[in-house]
Amino acid sequence: MKPDHLRFFIDPSRCIGCQSCVQACTECDTHRGESMIHLEFIDRAASVQTVPVVCMHCDQPTCAEVCPADAIKRTADGVVQSARKPRCIACGNCVVACPFGVPEVHEERKLMMKCDMCYDRTSIGKKPMCATVCPSQALYYGTAEEIDRLRPMSTPSNRFQFGNQVITTRVFVMWPRGPVTLAVPLDITAPLADRAGADPFAHVEL
Amino acid sequence: MPARLVRPGPGSFVATIPVDDRAITNRFGPHLSEMTAARLSTSVEPERLVKTHCCFCGQQCGIQLKVRDNEVIGFEPWEEFPFNRGMLCPKGVKRYLQGSHPDRLLTALQRDPSADGGFAPIAYADGIARAAAEIQRLQSAYGAGSIGVLGGASLTTEKTYLLGKFARVCLKTPFIDYNGRLCMVSAGAGNKKAFGIDRVTNPWADMIGTDVIWVAGSNVAECAPITTNYLWQAREHGARIIIQDPRLTPVARTCDLFLPVKPGRDAALFAGVLQIMIEHRWLDQRFIDAHTAGFDAVAAYCRGWPIEKTADVTGVPRRSIEQAAEMWATAPTGFLLHARGIEHHSNGVQNVLGSINLVLATGRLGRPHCGYGTIVGQANGQGGREHGQKCDQLPGLRDISNPEHRRYISGVWGIDEAALPGPGVDAYEMFRKIDAGEIKGLISICFNPKVSLPDNNFVTRCLEKLEFYTAIDFFLNDTARHADIVLPGSLHEEDEGTVTQVEGRIIKVNKAVDCPGDARQDWKIIQDLACALDRPHGFTFDEPRQIFEELRIASKGGVADYSGVTYEKIEREMGVFWPCYANDPRTGEPIADHPGTPRLFEPGSYNPIARGSGPFYFPDGRARFNLADYRVPVDDVGEEYPIFLTTGRVVSQFLSGTQTRRIGPLVKQYPEPRIEMHPRLAAELGIADRDWATAETRRGTITLRAMVVNTIRPDTIFIPYHWAGEKSANQLTVAAQDPISKIPQYKVCGCRVRKADGPPAYDAVLEPQQ
Repeated sequence: MKPDHLRFFIDPSRCIGCQSCVQACTECDTHRGESMIHLEFIDRAASVQTVPVVCMHCDQPTCAEVCPADAIKRTADGVVQSARKPRCIACGNCVVACPFGVPEVHEERKLMMKCDMCYDRTSIGKKPMCATVCPSQALYYGTAEEIDRLRPMSTPSNRFQFGNQVITTRVFVMWPRGPVTLAVPLDITAPLADRAGADPFAHVEL
Repeated sequence: MPARLVRPGPGSFVATIPVDDRAITNRFGPHLSEMTAARLSTSVEPERLVKTHCCFCGQQCGIQLKVRDNEVIGFEPWEEFPFNRGMLCPKGVKRYLQGSHPDRLLTALQRDPSADGGFAPIAYADGIARAAAEIQRLQSAYGAGSIGVLGGASLTTEKTYLLGKFARVCLKTPFIDYNGRLCMVSAGAGNKKAFGIDRVTNPWADMIGTDVIWVAGSNVAECAPITTNYLWQAREHGARIIIQDPRLTPVARTCDLFLPVKPGRDAALFAGVLQIMIEHRWLDQRFIDAHTAGFDAVAAYCRGWPIEKTADVTGVPRRSIEQAAEMWATAPTGFLLHARGIEHHSNGVQNVLGSINLVLATGRLGRPHCGYGTIVGQANGQGGREHGQKCDQLPGLRDISNPEHRRYISGVWGIDEAALPGPGVDAYEMFRKIDAGEIKGLISICFNPKVSLPDNNFVTRCLEKLEFYTAIDFFLNDTARHADIVLPGSLHEEDEGTVTQVEGRIIKVNKAVDCPGDARQDWKIIQDLACALDRPHGFTFDEPRQIFEELRIASKGGVADYSGVTYEKIEREMGVFWPCYANDPRTGEPIADHPGTPRLFEPGSYNPIARGSGPFYFPDGRARFNLADYRVPVDDVGEEYPIFLTTGRVVSQFLSGTQTRRIGPLVKQYPEPRIEMHPRLAAELGIADRDWATAETRRGTITLRAMVVNTIRPDTIFIPYHWAGEKSANQLTVAAQDPISKIPQYKVCGCRVRKADGPPAYDAVLEPQQ
């Protein structure tokens, strides 16, 4: 049973895209050389911004709800496991349904594989591999008190709204503490390159 | 003497590679290692965990290696080690895959065009004997100085100490230098000029709580990834972050102020910023008056840098320069970091001095939350330069031209001071001496100049002129392909010793496995050579600890004083910051357990140079402002070559790639070099992302795929330098060097770029890492 007071926190603003998390995930004993997580380059042509995509471990996992084979299980301590091999039919329903973009179907294995929060490590009180090695600590594993002390400018949240769907998760995302105001109206659906002020080299003449 | 080593006649080039490059690659790699067998099996438990450090960059992260059956089968984070607390970059995560590698050299080799891959295995003793015979032959024919020695800053401090001693005492040659010449010498020279001591001033923990951090020319995220967390922790505690770089690097993405400086214009930027500070009286005048000298001359120089001119020369918007000055100078505390971005210049020392002037003008030294330092690039960038493989230094950061220093070290080594050679020349100048026929024989260890030196087609031509070359390495690196004899050295995990990391913290590397086959620990190979040369005196150590004990004595009384450091103390305290004294420098009385010196220049601190007159390492105890003069880079952009070329690293590769181009998962992460360019430049050139593009300078051309991103100045391209042969960025770079530090100008030269006609010939035959 995973110690209940230990929590997983993600702060994408810290991520430097080094892939240490992805490389380390392959080293977790039960992952057998495969990474269960991935790193997204949001739009490399326009920005160096990257986001480590680990499972958010939803309280009511959409991936499990849409799975026609009932292959995705949530443990009593709130960890949503990778698909069970005998059941998974690699249909990809979970890939489409997950609002966070977490699951990936490994075609060669006909299996959905995703982050299990290094269950073999976290269930005995160790930290997950990715959060241990992460050089920017965009991925952090510890207590609520620790994160509060270490990150006075940030505050954790685990409640998300996607359209009409409200999701609470086992994993927290860090936000700036206090009211957040955007400097310019931001259309998050626009390509990064088209957003105002996106080119820091606009003043440079060729 | 074997027939193949007899010189066939004048003008014959024996050190030409024995067979076609491709045939060598087929036999000796780089091939890739992957997680297989015990490294993948969950049922295999390690026999033990060995606490040691990463073998790559200057951060020297603590790591535990899993060992079973004399093989490193994985790692476990070492969360107690204070610098990195378990954090590792991808290189650290996959470092263990360099062991048990198919390319590993398991025997001595001799050049043999008839052998598979151009090299035939020979008995280790024969390799030593032949190397010694050739060294003797050349030295009797041409003198002691006909042999050159090239060392490296990834070696333990014990090995670098022994190598310096070997060159001077056994070979009696002045010609030794090392690849730290390509790394931190500009910072070292600048630090000595400003502070009288060459070390980072504060531990990284001092960043947490500072008000502003200025990072000049350091892609922290990719070159010193663990430092990222220090930046972000500082930010969480209120620090604002300024990044000065021609590329919008990952840490620049969320920084408070980005200074998109034109390559090679850093000294101008620092002068312009200091001018604004002077105009607004944003100075710590009390500190300047009490603890420094030379401010007035610097202030007079800065008057020549009004904001309009600074903005014009540096390519940084005027408003940003003003903001930088205000943000930096009006904060109560601040920390300034820099790296190769400002140091890799023919004006590198001036750039460093310019940044130090900003630190001195604000009095940001000798107290918590304030500090300054270079982020060293190589594992032992710090320790590797302190104890004797640098051409002008003796152990303890002593000066080889200083009679008193020479006497002391000669005494430790038991030689007549007159027999101790004088200063040699820098690593690049050694190649010029090879070219001129002055140096005829070469011994190299831990250095791959055919990839890492600028204008490396010249380096190749020099290697071909050598009469004899012996390389010590664990893989057949690109330079070692030119060797007559290759001696199989040791991997990091096969030996123990100390390393001094980025903060000046001496740490201990521990042995996890034995050397395989005939491979030997490098210090044993050096001693075997000394023995075969019939000069074993001083080269009869039985273990690294004994070398360290002698090094403690040799460093004693020097600026880099290690005399109070022991292996036990390092392990107990998880690192000791030098200077760490065995005797109180004030009284000469023995000190039982000196705590080391994490923070330099604290008020009232005593050092053996100032003797109480002040905290800095000059007789008057004062730091020095130095004129930091902007000069236009050599081979700057112009009509013929209108685009800036700058070079650097990617996070998954390290230096010349000797190790990291052999590790499968790291190669997969960033397989091949690409030419990074801004979409506006790409559009003008008609190049799309992933198109083949050719970059050309006065020295060479390279064809690589383009990477079109708007995170680089539109007038600049970037190429990472970790690859060899036709993919080597250093075919293009210029061998201009700083007149003081002799660091090469890797970070700027003029180039032109065009869309390539098609894929280069290598694309069809080489694997990405080759």
